[in-house]
Amino acid sequence: MVVAAAAPTLALSVGLSLYAMGDTAVYFYSPSQALEKHVPSGRLVRLGGLVETGSVVKRPDGTVLFGVTDRKASDKVVFKGDLPDLFREGQGVVTEGEFQPDGVFEARQVLAKHDERYMPKEVADALKKSGQWRGPATVAAALPAGAEAKETGAR
Amino acid sequence: MTAELGAFALILALALSALQAGLSIFGRVRGDATLRGAGEGAALAAFVAVVIAFAALMTAFVASDFSVANVVANSNTDQPLFYRITATWGSHEGSMLLWNLALTGFGACVVLYGRGLPTGLKSVAVATQGTLGLLFLGYTVFASNPFVRIPTAPLEGQSLNPILQDPFMAIHPPILYSGYVGFSVVFSFAVAALVEGRVDAAWARWVRPWALAAWSLLTVGITLGSFWAYYELGWGGWWFWDPVENASFMPWLIGTALLHSAIVTEKRGALTGWTVFLALAAFSFSMLGAFLVRSGVLTSVHAFAVDPRRGAILLFILGLAAGAAFGLFAWRAPKLTPGGLFAPISREGALVLNNLFLAAATACVMLGTLYPLIVQAVTGEAISVGAPYFALTFGPLMVACLIILPAGPLLAWKRGDLLGALQRLWVAAALAVAAGLLTYLLIAPRKIVPILVMTIGFWLIAGSAAELAGRINLGALSRGDGGQVWRRLKGLPRGQWGMTLAHIGLGVFVLGAACELSWRTETAQSLVAGQSMRAGAYTLTLQGLNTVDGPNFSADQATLIATPDHGVPFILRPERRFYPAQRQTTSKVAIERRGATDVYVVLGDERPASGGQPAWLVRVFINPWARLIFAGPLLMALGGAISLSDRRIRLAAGRRAPSGVLTAAE
Repeated sequence: MVVAAAAPTLALSVGLSLYAMGDTAVYFYSPSQALEKHVPSGRLVRLGGLVETGSVVKRPDGTVLFGVTDRKASDKVVFKGDLPDLFREGQGVVTEGEFQPDGVFEARQVLAKHDERYMPKEVADALKKSGQWRGPATVAAALPAGAEAKETGAR
Repeated sequence: MTAELGAFALILALALSALQAGLSIFGRVRGDATLRGAGEGAALAAFVAVVIAFAALMTAFVASDFSVANVVANSNTDQPLFYRITATWGSHEGSMLLWNLALTGFGACVVLYGRGLPTGLKSVAVATQGTLGLLFLGYTVFASNPFVRIPTAPLEGQSLNPILQDPFMAIHPPILYSGYVGFSVVFSFAVAALVEGRVDAAWARWVRPWALAAWSLLTVGITLGSFWAYYELGWGGWWFWDPVENASFMPWLIGTALLHSAIVTEKRGALTGWTVFLALAAFSFSMLGAFLVRSGVLTSVHAFAVDPRRGAILLFILGLAAGAAFGLFAWRAPKLTPGGLFAPISREGALVLNNLFLAAATACVMLGTLYPLIVQAVTGEAISVGAPYFALTFGPLMVACLIILPAGPLLAWKRGDLLGALQRLWVAAALAVAAGLLTYLLIAPRKIVPILVMTIGFWLIAGSAAELAGRINLGALSRGDGGQVWRRLKGLPRGQWGMTLAHIGLGVFVLGAACELSWRTETAQSLVAGQSMRAGAYTLTLQGLNTVDGPNFSADQATLIATPDHGVPFILRPERRFYPAQRQTTSKVAIERRGATDVYVVLGDERPASGGQPAWLVRVFINPWARLIFAGPLLMALGGAISLSDRRIRLAAGRRAPSGVLTAAE
């Protein structure tokens, strides 16, 4: 009897969840994917890649400018806030925010792992897809047994 | 030497688990008490062997034995003794050993505290526990052995991840794992009941204390983890709907449903199939959690000790154990005798509603957690599902569940009087609305939805108190008869106290969560020494920075003076710590508690200032009522512990129930 009552309730909740998912899921793009898919400005997405070497500019007003690249394309990112402790040039980063009409990505959140050996999974996948993968030396999967990895974010 | 001893003890434990499963099953089939006893002995011995293995690993960490690969990867001689000890479970291998310690420990508990159980049920439960031990110990020995040596020992190790070097993070895994794995006992009892073909009130009485213990431990474990994330990560938040957090939340939700449905089975003999289903589901979700956390298939902010290759083996174990158990359920459950009938408006009806809401909420959380995996597999696109999804799906379900909660305990079994229950609750409802209105007037800026949620929090607290007042018949007592009230309160069974406390704890949590999420303020500003900033009702002045040295780190420590608009100034000292062993920087948040509200300060990175002087980014969060978020669940766990100490429950776990039931079950 309970199972009979539970089944439709669960089906309903799953249906509603899928409906909610359509509006709330956040897609991940690398710079070249974002270019290819023509991500409209104003939509919340994640943009990930490597922090371009020499691109980080910290302004006195607290904003940070940096470039994110997958070695095929790159985007300019502007972020106001505290960067994760392990945000570094040449390393993997995932940012969440929106493209502005001028093409600059305004990040609300910057995620980077608390580990210098870390490469975010999406970034590694995107680099592999674009043929820019430089071997597994930087991937989490290649860490020595039991190595710790940690992401942190700042809003 | 110790590493060899540990490796040997681990393999011995694996063999003993196999014996435990085999002997118990044979004993059950043949009806042979000697074989059964040998199976139980093997269960105890397996636990002792895992204790030895665990102690050996801990010794290797304490002594910094760098010939062991796991020690090299996670420890370092500069690490304080305390964190060398806790590094034992800081890695993938070590945490799986901890899981096995809990698993065999609970197996031994079933043997020791299950003396009054019917022998058939007990043997099958011990055998199931042994089979689980076989799977997980097999995984540890063959795929995740913490005792692997390396040919040339380095002089120094790589150190435990600095953000794990924290007292709360040190005790969080053992408690969380005890909760996770505690559900294995419930799982084994469910399998045993299906094999024996009998689920009745007595069975539910045996299962409930284990479910209560596991649930209470899991509650404390999740709360510790959340508190750690709150003050260690320095983002100001305490729950991120991250896959790893959800992984621990799903067994908790199912465990909560199980606690409630087991009451119906115990008191009324009803919902038998459903209770067994939940008992199987709770541990299946624990195993799913272990898989999600350890495999790294999902991008998580808390992914520790990830290894995708071994994740596949964990998935296989999960599929095997859960698949076999649910297969057994599909085969045997239709033969279970349906229990007593009840009207929709009754205590049973209310508990069924509670279960439907909790099950639906679990389904939402599970879908939100696994959806990115599904999308990745189907379309190849990477997506993430965050807080907005959960607010939209989980939120309304829980709100509905919480609104009906206070009415449940006031309804009678079989056929309840809803109108009567509501009449007894009108004072509580009026109080809750009044408190909600007062909050609306006092808190700025005014927001409607959070105020409604807070009203629900007040409603839970007032409703639970009203129910307690009803139990002691407070209305009929004359004024000023405090002694009588106290005597009657003391006379109430502890189970009653446990329930009331847990429900009040839930209300406290709801108040804190709604308040903190809606009125948290964050202010960030670059400060040069001597400069001030405003945050909420506080003015913070940066006095200066100095360098402090810890045992294995050096830190930049800022000194800030916070002056509240009304009250005495206080000092805050946030730090940025640098750990040379891992070349890693972490933030040490400074928190000043004002009542239930936190003033939370994070020291950011250095920024060039216009005058050429160094400036530091200072982020200040004012988190109103944040402490209630952690106090609430602790109250809930305390409620669970008090229920567990109820003599009626403890007796039921250890002694024989009325003989009629038992002879039938033999």
